[in-house]
Amino acid sequence: MSEENRENRQKNIRNFSIIAHIDHGKSTLADRILETTRSLPEREMKNQMLDAMDLERERGITIKLNSVHLKYTHTDGEEYTFHLIDTPGHVDFSYEVSRSLAACEGALLVVDASQGIEAQTLANVYLAVDNDLEIIPVINKVDLPGAEPERIKKEIEDVIGIDASDAVYASAKSGLGTDEILSQVIDKIPAPGGNRENPLQALVFDSMYDTYRGVISYIRVVEGSIRPGDKIKMMQTEKEFEVAEVGVFTPKPVASKELTVGDVGFLIANIKNVSDSKVGDTITHVKHPAPEPLPGYKTMNPMVFCGMHPVDASDYSALRDALERLELNDSSLQFEAESSQALGFGFRCGFLGLLHMEIIQERIEREYGISLITTAPSVIYHVYLTDGELIEIDNPSNMPDQQKVELVEEPFVKAAVMVPNDFVGAVMELCQKKRGEFTDMRYLDENRVNIVYYLPLTEIVYDFFDQLKSSTKGYASFEYEFTGYRESNLVKMDILLNGEPVDALSVIVHRDMAFERGKTIVEKLKDLIPRQQFEVPVQAAIGNNIIARSTIKAMRKNVLSKCYGGDVTRKRKLLEKQKEGKRRMKNVGKVEVPQEAFMSVLRMDDDQ
Amino acid sequence: MMNVQEKAPASPASIYVHIPFCRYICFYCDFNKFFIENQPVDDYIEQLDREMKRVLMEPAPVDTVYVGGGTPTALGTDQLRRVLRDVKKRTDSSRPLREFSVEVNPGEADWAKFDMMKEEGVTRLSIGIQTFNDSLLQKIGRGHSAAEAKETVLLARESGFDNISIDLMFGLPEQTMADWKDTITRALQLDIDHVSAYSLKIEEKTMFYNWYRQGKIKPLPEDTEADMYEVLEEALADAGFHAYEISNFAKPGKESEHNKTYWRNEEYYGFGAGAHGYLNGVRYANLGPLPHYLKAVKAGENPVKDTHEVSRTENMEEEMFMGLRMKEGVSAHRFYRKFNCSYYDIYPEALQELTEEGLLYDSGSALQLTEKGRLLGNEVFARFLLDEEG
Repeated sequence: MSEENRENRQKNIRNFSIIAHIDHGKSTLADRILETTRSLPEREMKNQMLDAMDLERERGITIKLNSVHLKYTHTDGEEYTFHLIDTPGHVDFSYEVSRSLAACEGALLVVDASQGIEAQTLANVYLAVDNDLEIIPVINKVDLPGAEPERIKKEIEDVIGIDASDAVYASAKSGLGTDEILSQVIDKIPAPGGNRENPLQALVFDSMYDTYRGVISYIRVVEGSIRPGDKIKMMQTEKEFEVAEVGVFTPKPVASKELTVGDVGFLIANIKNVSDSKVGDTITHVKHPAPEPLPGYKTMNPMVFCGMHPVDASDYSALRDALERLELNDSSLQFEAESSQALGFGFRCGFLGLLHMEIIQERIEREYGISLITTAPSVIYHVYLTDGELIEIDNPSNMPDQQKVELVEEPFVKAAVMVPNDFVGAVMELCQKKRGEFTDMRYLDENRVNIVYYLPLTEIVYDFFDQLKSSTKGYASFEYEFTGYRESNLVKMDILLNGEPVDALSVIVHRDMAFERGKTIVEKLKDLIPRQQFEVPVQAAIGNNIIARSTIKAMRKNVLSKCYGGDVTRKRKLLEKQKEGKRRMKNVGKVEVPQEAFMSVLRMDDDQ
Repeated sequence: MMNVQEKAPASPASIYVHIPFCRYICFYCDFNKFFIENQPVDDYIEQLDREMKRVLMEPAPVDTVYVGGGTPTALGTDQLRRVLRDVKKRTDSSRPLREFSVEVNPGEADWAKFDMMKEEGVTRLSIGIQTFNDSLLQKIGRGHSAAEAKETVLLARESGFDNISIDLMFGLPEQTMADWKDTITRALQLDIDHVSAYSLKIEEKTMFYNWYRQGKIKPLPEDTEADMYEVLEEALADAGFHAYEISNFAKPGKESEHNKTYWRNEEYYGFGAGAHGYLNGVRYANLGPLPHYLKAVKAGENPVKDTHEVSRTENMEEEMFMGLRMKEGVSAHRFYRKFNCSYYDIYPEALQELTEEGLLYDSGSALQLTEKGRLLGNEVFARFLLDEEG
């Protein structure tokens, strides 16, 4: 390729992503773009082509990023190369979103023509603005009844502060507006800068594990170029590899001779572990390294933790295999073995957030067929001991004795809730109840309000989201970012059955809320645990202090009555069923507890 | 030493005969039974006889016969007479029956029917009274009144029966403690020898089960049922009945010999549609639906639906969980004779734990449930199920 061609080629590259709230039509729009650029023969078109995993397809969300290389011949006769980078839409993955945005020069902002901007969209648009991206507003679903594109247009201008006068009215479903979108992509989004002669800087914005090829890194070449045989170095982890293959996704992976400045594609370099190809890391050459890495790298630490235990103890090693496999593809998933007296052997797992946790749980249950009991999610507490030592606790049962604790700090987040006017009161009440600290409230338009609170992350992982949904009839959208640790009056609350603490049910809770939580749990257990041969007290305790109590009465009658002729077989079946039922119970001291009781308390799903 | 189990088993000393016809269907009943109208009753009686002859080609040395149902008294006097005679012909006439029981429904036996039964050698009647509360009788689908129940008992006594048992039920939906106490009082005012008292169990394929699932009826709380049982136990003890089995109470010498066959885990013949039997180490259940049963017998086939060969392990389990229902408990001697080992060899842990928990008592010659253990029988019984199949 001649030098001139190369320059032309670089001039005709457009790298962009799509920002949208769940259900606002991102994946459908991506499908339309793929169709219009004829990247896929129709028979290969499945709806929502970019969402590879079943789970994504089912939940309508994108979990792993994808990038597609598209060729498009514009009306001006020029051939353009598009790289469409799909981003996950959820707050748990905001770092991944920010890195994939860093791989682009522009973004399509897709907003539903009747619902308007949601909190998560807003958060991601701000990330795009931070990354200096050119933003093209697309108002989608204009063909649906209830669409108010004019109002949404104004909202985009008011709320985000960008010019929306050229906003495209689209219907990703019918294909309306797709050509206009592609025109604007070409006209408005700048071609990538950089120089192929400079030392290599390539941004890793995702990586996945392939059983046959090892780790496949998704990269954006910012400076220089990269080809098979190159010796490369990860600038953060300082690991070195030799490039085996580079290429692009069409969306099928297609090898190419090189990836050069402005290109988005994949890299295979015999990397065994996704943690050696970290999102946000910069790849450079071993020989002529770039003087510094690209900005913005962060180590992602799990924020939310829970214990995962197989319902059937014999699934323990299958669960370990499943976690190990998932970890291959997900460097932010952490786990270590733990054993609980109530739940048996299992793993303490760390996640980026609640959705991340749910996705992992669901994948384990679905793809690996293992039924799980999971403990209540918890966060990392900073516990300062009286001797000055700081320990980090992510499992309530590891909390030291109250006397040894000087003070406890818990993580706080800045949470933004966007709601229609009518629910402002409900949201503020909820935030207050959840120990929130009010910081800001702004009217986005005459009807919608953005409310900002500092909230303890514990409350968010406990049930904030569910409560928010129910107290706003689902109208609220919600986004949060971690802000730091603050001191709180936190205590460990134990649940005792027949005087014995049940490790899996211990929680760290704010002292003011302990009573109510304790009462709910003991009442629930009282109803769920069958009567035993003796009376069983169920108690909630802080240290030696009993704060709530209930009693399971002793069993009084359990005997087969009618004993017809000789139908011993039936009698036997009944006894066998009873025995089997007992076998499935977990023993806490002398008390036999059905697993459903644990699960139900841990999920706290049907409160209120 | 000779293995006791390998000895040819003595032929069973008991016969159960099932009459699967009823004049009305009770809401709680899940036994094999049919509304009698338009049923081939005579044909059934004939095939029943054939089935008995097929198994017992020669009259056998039998001690007890129990004719149950369904409702034997749903049959006409002559029909029932035929059944009773046919059964008796299968038994060794040189040896009088120790017990010959027939189930009777209130209002379905008149002088003539009782006389006939007496003539045919019936020694014991089991009368299904259930409750003396008319409104409850209706709610459980019984086709008789409390007054008829009383009449039937009196008539039976006047016909010369000196071994009369009645069935009672407690834990019925909407039954109160006052209802139950009243029923017990009225039962004890009658001159009876034996009481079987069962708490309601809602079984599948009954009206009650449907209503229960639809939320139309609610079982009584466990505590109320337990209270009812305790009230019954006390009242009957005061009236001179002893609880020789969890649900059965008798005046001295009036225990049901036939039922003890079951609880002692001994073999017995079962005849009739849907009947269960236990022969040569095999438990079996006969075909339930009439046409199937009739067809099989007519074709000269065995009308059996299921058979199950009882393993040594199962046999030991059954010895325990059936035997413990009786006050006399599981005899150490009998256990040893049957299995050539002690129950302590088989159940060392269970026996120790249950004794410590105060549910089981070792009298030295037998294992027995304690008073507490009687109400929690299932907790005890389930512990005697062994893990591996023997």
